[in-house]
Amino acid sequence: MSVNTMEWEAVIGLEVHCQLLTRSKIFSGAPTAYGAAPNTQACAVDLGLPGVLPVLNGEALRMAVSFGLAVGAQIAPRCVFARKHYFYPDLPKGYQISQYELPIVAKGRLDIVLDDGSAKTVGITRAHMEEDAGKSLHESFHGQTGIDLNRAGTPLIEIVSEPDIRSAAEAVAYLKKLHQLVVYLGICDGNMQEGSFRCDANVSVRRKGEARFGTRTETKNVNSFRYVEKAIDYEIQRQIEVIEAGGRIVQETRLFNPDTGQTRAMRSKEDANDYRYFPDPDLLPIVCSAEYIEEIRKALPELPEAKKARFEAAFGLSAYDAGVLTGERPLADYFEAVVKASGAEAKLCANWVITDLLGALNKLGKDIGGSPVSAQALGGLLGRIADKTISGKIAKEVFEAMVAGEGDADAIIKAKGLVQITDEPAIVAVIDQVMQANPEQLKGYRSGKDKLFGFFVGQVMKASQGKANPDAVNRLLKEKLAPPG
Amino acid sequence: MHNLSIKELSEGLKAKRFSSRELTQHHLDRIARHDWALNSFITVTPERAMAQAAAADAQLAAGAGGPLTGIPLAQKDIFCTRGVKTSCGSKMLDRFVAPYDATIVEKLDAAGMVMLGKANMDEFAMGSSNETSWHGAVRNPWNPGRVPGGSSGGSAAAVAAGLAPAATATDTGGSIRQPAALTNLTGIKPTYGRVSRYGMIAFASSLDQAGVLARSAQDAAYVLQAMAGFDPRDSTSVDCPVDDYPAALDKPLRGLRIGLPDEFFAEGLEPGVRSCVEGAIKKLWELGAEFENVSLPNMPLSVPTYYVVAPAEASSNLARFDGVRYGHRADNAASLEELYKRSRGEGFGAEVQRRIMIGTYVLSHGYYDAYYLKAQKVRRLIYDDFKRAFASVDLVLGPTAQNVAFRLGDKGDDPVAMYLNDIYTIAANLAGIPALSMPCGFHDGLPVGVQLMGNFFDEARMLNVAHQYQQATDWHKRRPPGFE
Amino acid sequence: MKLSPEQVKQVAHLARLEIRPEQLGHYAAQLSSILEMVSQLAAARTDAVEPMAHPLDMVQRLRPDAVTEEDRRADFQAIAPAVENGLYLVPKVIE
Repeated sequence: MSVNTMEWEAVIGLEVHCQLLTRSKIFSGAPTAYGAAPNTQACAVDLGLPGVLPVLNGEALRMAVSFGLAVGAQIAPRCVFARKHYFYPDLPKGYQISQYELPIVAKGRLDIVLDDGSAKTVGITRAHMEEDAGKSLHESFHGQTGIDLNRAGTPLIEIVSEPDIRSAAEAVAYLKKLHQLVVYLGICDGNMQEGSFRCDANVSVRRKGEARFGTRTETKNVNSFRYVEKAIDYEIQRQIEVIEAGGRIVQETRLFNPDTGQTRAMRSKEDANDYRYFPDPDLLPIVCSAEYIEEIRKALPELPEAKKARFEAAFGLSAYDAGVLTGERPLADYFEAVVKASGAEAKLCANWVITDLLGALNKLGKDIGGSPVSAQALGGLLGRIADKTISGKIAKEVFEAMVAGEGDADAIIKAKGLVQITDEPAIVAVIDQVMQANPEQLKGYRSGKDKLFGFFVGQVMKASQGKANPDAVNRLLKEKLAPPG
Repeated sequence: MHNLSIKELSEGLKAKRFSSRELTQHHLDRIARHDWALNSFITVTPERAMAQAAAADAQLAAGAGGPLTGIPLAQKDIFCTRGVKTSCGSKMLDRFVAPYDATIVEKLDAAGMVMLGKANMDEFAMGSSNETSWHGAVRNPWNPGRVPGGSSGGSAAAVAAGLAPAATATDTGGSIRQPAALTNLTGIKPTYGRVSRYGMIAFASSLDQAGVLARSAQDAAYVLQAMAGFDPRDSTSVDCPVDDYPAALDKPLRGLRIGLPDEFFAEGLEPGVRSCVEGAIKKLWELGAEFENVSLPNMPLSVPTYYVVAPAEASSNLARFDGVRYGHRADNAASLEELYKRSRGEGFGAEVQRRIMIGTYVLSHGYYDAYYLKAQKVRRLIYDDFKRAFASVDLVLGPTAQNVAFRLGDKGDDPVAMYLNDIYTIAANLAGIPALSMPCGFHDGLPVGVQLMGNFFDEARMLNVAHQYQQATDWHKRRPPGFE
Repeated sequence: MKLSPEQVKQVAHLARLEIRPEQLGHYAAQLSSILEMVSQLAAARTDAVEPMAHPLDMVQRLRPDAVTEEDRRADFQAIAPAVENGLYLVPKVIE
């Protein structure tokens, strides 16, 4: 790709479909759990059988409202469901129940921070409630497509951003922030592989300085942050090349292929441009009273930014540490539980969680929810550092044993005899031994080779199998090594 | 037995003068004897009926059961009936055996009623003559060359001919009242939201309402009592108490204020029909009702309004019939598009296709405001007309139809002429108010109906007025020759 | 308002109805006569009139978030035209 991207500017808007974490579907009492056998979680309403009717799940509404409040948006006091029509085999009724003219959430915003530290605000045009479609399985079945409608009727909010985004990197920053938010709110599990959080990217390009937007394309099926970046970059390059070659961009829906990193026009969406929206006559207007909205506002959990500020203020953590620890709500909760259980300094806890725990999880390929060491257990270990039962160094050994599933900290310390030696006469006895065994080094130190102090520390620690309290060793060694008299 | 009222039948069952099995068998025999000429049933369910009758007899023998226990009825084929074909009069659903019961089917079963079978109807309830049924036209028992009206033509013909004591029906633009008028029955379309729509195959969701076709207001009151009420499975079902309809029947009419809208007596009304309706007005006046003129100035716009709103909703409601999960599927379709187009092209009849196309057109890009939105606005004007009228009167009265039953095939290829059949009935659906048609005389040997329209949830008063009228007249007792 | 056979074809496509070419003219005439009847609406004065989507002046009722439906795949697929391994089958879809 040899085009000069410097003269071009990309204009990007994202549409994020976020599955809400309800137990039952948005308009039926069928379960929403992922991974069931095909069509075993599709009831008569989800299948669009004749004569059946939708009734709105109150929890889906509550979750949509809580999202709106979290992005500082307006909650519509009155909104309606509309039918969006198109024929597709994973859309059982021939229409999707969605919202069109009057969405539940309008005019929100999300502040993002880019990798270079600069900040930006992305507007959220709207977020509306709708039902998910089923899935088409294209493999096998003698050249036919199989339809699984388990997902049909799962509640979604579609979050539509303003075309405020100017690069793939900004798009990813926005998506990560949004992802963090909906998971924090407890309204979405954020699982991108399972499709709980999906993104369509509207991309257009224009020459810098131009006021009008170019013709946009909509790229679907980008189900990881990395793919979003690749798909947008590809699409920007493709559009610039088309225009520079004298061509025109066609407004169309495109599909991202993760294997090739390319996008291509979707055939099945060729004429899906007249959706014939009208208010769904099976559903009545949704009215959110001020009291109802206030109740939801009061029940909102602490959001990432507030939590980060609190971690800095209350625990004295650096902005970086606080940012890492509040990145995901389960990690923040884990950290707070460790602090509480250990009684140790928050800074020590933060170091352990960030360095040791996340390092171990990374090796295991697990997330915080799957940690083999519970917050209580890690707190127990750090408590032993705090009360000087073990040194920080020994603690690493204990932690490894805990990760390996050998039990809790106290049991491992006991079983391995790792209790720290703080008894001063015992340490002095070891120091005496070491001094006797190394007369040359002793002479050297006393003649001014200060560097040899480290050698003696090492020898004492070695002789005590690492169990001697390092502070005591340092202090006592200084006394003993000093020239007599 | 087939000329007794539901109340008399219930008394007969309780007094052990006959059993529900005998009563049911009697009606099944009549269906076997007469229905070849009428075609009022799509499916007859003798085994299910006899099992229900036996259960009813057991209940009655134990001294239990209510006013409907053991009484047979016909269900319009628009209501889903578990384990029984529910075709909605369409080839599309000719092999559709519903896996669940409509709420009203559950309720009438629970009330002890015995389902004789599924009544014929215009395809997807789209029609005013019952000629659009894939299962063939229904004949009017009063004259087999005439239509019984539609879309509940099978329900009407079956009850009028004494093949069933009563039948369920649905009314989107007159589909209960117009057949009632054309076959000498009492038919009531309740307030929108009074009877659950769950399991009733949707035609136009904001207009559809289930009701009853019966041989008297009293019979209708008993059946409607068992059908009405809140259903949590229907978001448009209204959660307010149901009046005691049978208990309200005996109230005298003194002081009742009835409005006569000029628009219902304007050009187009057959003079023979008008004189029957005027006779009913006179009789009600004699019974103590007071009359005054009211105006429903937007009523003439109800047909054009309806033919935007109803097809728009229908085009959407019928999008689910795609040959994928149930219903007719075209053979050997090479592509998905071909599967859709051929399944729908083969499964739907011409009238249904016309309405789907009209509805698709009025909702499509560039036409929505001019048609759909405009119709919704005019709908409010029509609603406001009624609100204004009910500020001064209790009921509004007019003819149900402009004329008596027409000949089969008479309006075959002129959809607009067919649509104008519903000129007097559509406004009530647009406004959502209850309306009733009852017999008020004959013109050219064919029945004439008069229509009462009431305020929201005023079914009890309408049934009361109809019952009082029927205590003083005997039009409703006339039976078609050959079916006495 | 007159609909041309070409417009009928477009609408029929949008509604996924197969109309034989020789029927297009007939449908065009019928649909045009319906639209002409409907065009009476244009004369109504509706400035400042709130559109009426529904006869009920009620708001949407909310359902508790509870699973109330059990698996009835066998019943539902007994009436399906083509199924395999629990999936509904359709001609190959090209995305």
